[in-house]
Amino acid sequence: MLRGLGGDAAAHGEMLGVLAFYLRGFLARKMGRGAADLEDLVQESLLAIHLKRETYDTSQPFTSWAYAIARYKLIDWYRRNRIRRTEPLEEATELFASEASNEAATRHDLGKLVSTLPDRQRSLLEDVKIAGLSHAEAARKAGMTEGAVKVSIHRSLQVLMRRARGEN
Amino acid sequence: MKTDELIGLLARDAVPVVRGLLPRRLSALALAGAAAAFVIMVPLIGFRPDLPGAFADPTFWMKAIYTAGLGLAGFLLAERLSRPGANGRLGWTLAAVCAAAIAALAATQLMTIPSGQIPAAILGGSWDSCPWLIFVLALPGLAAILWTMRRFAPTRATLAGAAAGLLAGGVSATVYGLHCDENAAPFVALWYSLGIAFTVVAGAVAGSRVLRW
Repeated sequence: MLRGLGGDAAAHGEMLGVLAFYLRGFLARKMGRGAADLEDLVQESLLAIHLKRETYDTSQPFTSWAYAIARYKLIDWYRRNRIRRTEPLEEATELFASEASNEAATRHDLGKLVSTLPDRQRSLLEDVKIAGLSHAEAARKAGMTEGAVKVSIHRSLQVLMRRARGEN
Repeated sequence: MKTDELIGLLARDAVPVVRGLLPRRLSALALAGAAAAFVIMVPLIGFRPDLPGAFADPTFWMKAIYTAGLGLAGFLLAERLSRPGANGRLGWTLAAVCAAAIAALAATQLMTIPSGQIPAAILGGSWDSCPWLIFVLALPGLAAILWTMRRFAPTRATLAGAAAGLLAGGVSATVYGLHCDENAAPFVALWYSLGIAFTVVAGAVAGSRVLRW
């Protein structure tokens, strides 16, 4: 996490990957196994953890910070779905929770939300995400500066986070 | 979108984070709120007439320490509550200490002055305008603080909004002390606190609406 905060992309990605695994287990336990929105919520949590990483105070335990964000997104999900919070009865769900597949169907899917972005932002995001271009390559392709590409992608991510919770 | 793709995308967006941005932003906006309160107050209602001399008066500092103490408690709480998973114990403690101190001071004064002076010590000459002025002077600061807190990650929106209100209200009441020449502790304990309480409530109501992310 600390290296990610310093701008180390590989360390940041690795941290998010590990976190995705634990959050999937945590959220599966809270949402009920096989909840259709599970992977959506994992993604929303990761997006929020990424965008809000400057609120992590390095003197605090990292996990309590990250789980507090996941819990916030979970409560938001309960509210959206008007489901009252209930504690799961069996411990057994915990055993299977983290096995839930990464490929699980996503319902409102950030991918679909991407298609609601303005064309220019969307195509940049897809170049970097799907085609795997670096910022510099995407910038050349779009005829923009690298800085402008970074800003555009960062803005797109912020828009995605807001749209995911149903704002416009 | 697959989660792995998202993670790849986020990793590329990993620009270095500025350390200590949150406390710096909050304190800058609290100072800006104080400046705004000052700029609104001076042409409208001016300074207290005894001003340079009043700086030598301990009651001036009693008021300033109480209101600035509440503002500092609001700052500590707003800073903590903008971070997921953090607790604001220090801020709560400071707010409680300030409230207990002014209540004790007010009670002592009420018990020691002749009973004929009690109404004056409680109502002073401006009880009906003091809380409203503190509230109005706090609004620019409150709006700015809430706006900046949106950028961070308050997970308890109403409470975080209330903390923003405590910060803005404490700052505004401290500035208002340059105008108000009431000296009695019971007056301060009641009407200054009420003005700050208005701001806290406004912050909580606004916070529950705008501090969503």
